[in-house]
Amino acid sequence: MTHEIIISGFGGQGVLSMGKILAYSGLMEGKEVTWMPAYGPEQRGGTANVTVIVSDEPVSSPILSSYDVAIVLNQPSLDKFEPKVKKGGILIYDGNGINMPPKRKDINVYRIDAMDTAAKLNMIKVFNMMILGGLMKVRPVVTIESVLKALRKTLPERHHHLIPMNEEAIRKGMEIIVKEN
Amino acid sequence: MAENEITLMKGNEAIAHAAIRCGCDGYFGYPITPQSEVLETLAEQKPWETTGMVVVQAESEVSSINMVYGGACTGKRVMTSSSSPGVSLMQEGISYLAGAELPALVVNVQRGGPGLGTIQPSQADYFQTVKGGGHGDYRLITLAPASVQEMADFVDLAFELAFRYRNPAMILSDGAIGQMMEKVVLPPFKPRRTEEQIAKECPWATIGRKGGRKPNIITSLELRSEEMEINNLRIQAKYREIEKKEIRFEEYKTDDAEYLIVAFGSAARIAKKVIAIAREQGIKVGLLRPITLWPFPSAKIAELGQRMKGILTLEINAGQMVEDVRLAVECKVPVQYFGRLGGIIPEPEEVVEVLKKMVK
Repeated sequence: MTHEIIISGFGGQGVLSMGKILAYSGLMEGKEVTWMPAYGPEQRGGTANVTVIVSDEPVSSPILSSYDVAIVLNQPSLDKFEPKVKKGGILIYDGNGINMPPKRKDINVYRIDAMDTAAKLNMIKVFNMMILGGLMKVRPVVTIESVLKALRKTLPERHHHLIPMNEEAIRKGMEIIVKEN
Repeated sequence: MAENEITLMKGNEAIAHAAIRCGCDGYFGYPITPQSEVLETLAEQKPWETTGMVVVQAESEVSSINMVYGGACTGKRVMTSSSSPGVSLMQEGISYLAGAELPALVVNVQRGGPGLGTIQPSQADYFQTVKGGGHGDYRLITLAPASVQEMADFVDLAFELAFRYRNPAMILSDGAIGQMMEKVVLPPFKPRRTEEQIAKECPWATIGRKGGRKPNIITSLELRSEEMEINNLRIQAKYREIEKKEIRFEEYKTDDAEYLIVAFGSAARIAKKVIAIAREQGIKVGLLRPITLWPFPSAKIAELGQRMKGILTLEINAGQMVEDVRLAVECKVPVQYFGRLGGIIPEPEEVVEVLKKMVK
């Protein structure tokens, strides 16, 4: 099984680090993984995206033109990647700031209001983990255990006390994601 | 990190870790996107506190390559890394290294050119790397990694080849391989060579003769043309030996192939995806991936070419390696090129379309 995923949003939203945690979690499960950022002169407020591939087989191209899953966190990302989701694939979007919602009927569209929820619950820092939780609910690319293992592995020891908060965010994300079509 | 541990890192980071682990004595470099993580990782790892490896951020690329020249004269394993515009600045030094027959490693994490260009991935320095770049009749042993694992593995290999033939070696990578993270198992630790080992393995090195032997002189200068021709002939003979012994390539799904893609580095990764899609549509296509760009696997391509209906070179440049592929098959097979420029990476689907037209 191969999961070809694009995650796109504003720089500073944690797009790249979410991708990194996803890739690391895949690694924890012994899968083949590739994490390929669009490394422009990115900055807070600009757009950033990363392609993550998690597979049981060696990964060929790290750069793709269509995806099994697109996670889009702002309008420009939605406009850019909605057409690039494979037929029958998954589009996950955060409703915050979206005024032209997705239109395609041949893909599975999910909405996750993580930005609003994170703001309400004072969990902005782990907003991206809420999104990751949403993904894991609708497409279990990796298990929550692997994600926690990956966090323990990648976070410096002094940040380990934040892991429960990350776990809470993942579980919250699983709760609040809804299918739209 | 434990031995043989599988970890996730960027290609650039893998280069740095591999350098420390393979007994590199010195790194001299100057930051430039998309390869800055090499120097950053070395600064973070502080190998001068562990293996004793020297890491210097020089004031420029010109300075870096000349520091490499100095270190190489003493038989040390020394290297630099940069990206396209920076490597252009180094060309004089690279030619001098080749002329003085010095082993050294240069890593080029290519970006789009010409000029200052873009910071996005490119393979447009193929000509510069395998056809000269600097002046004079010289060659660089050139390895083209297609994965983060190969970024790690080729550092030691490049040093081994450079010392075996007393010739500079190049790892020709690009922004995609440098910036992407993949699984990698770092090479085992190998200690830096001692002064005694260097004296034994590099009798040409200028490490002080302590009254024993005749002085060693390392120079690329020889004003007597008769002597200079002899020097050139010796170097050329060495190149012929390298061409005979050091060609490396990967063959992928060529057994039943009617069409062949020739691609190196990140383009070869894209080619594998192209092959998967094309085979689903009934096009029998395989891949020949040159791992050494010089020496070039001409004979292998000629052999495969005999049973192909067509060859496509996929390059992230305006068509450079295609010339060597055409030479290899002596125009007996139609050879086409496809590529994108300026930092745009070809998408697998657009390459499949090109293949479909070839088949028609």
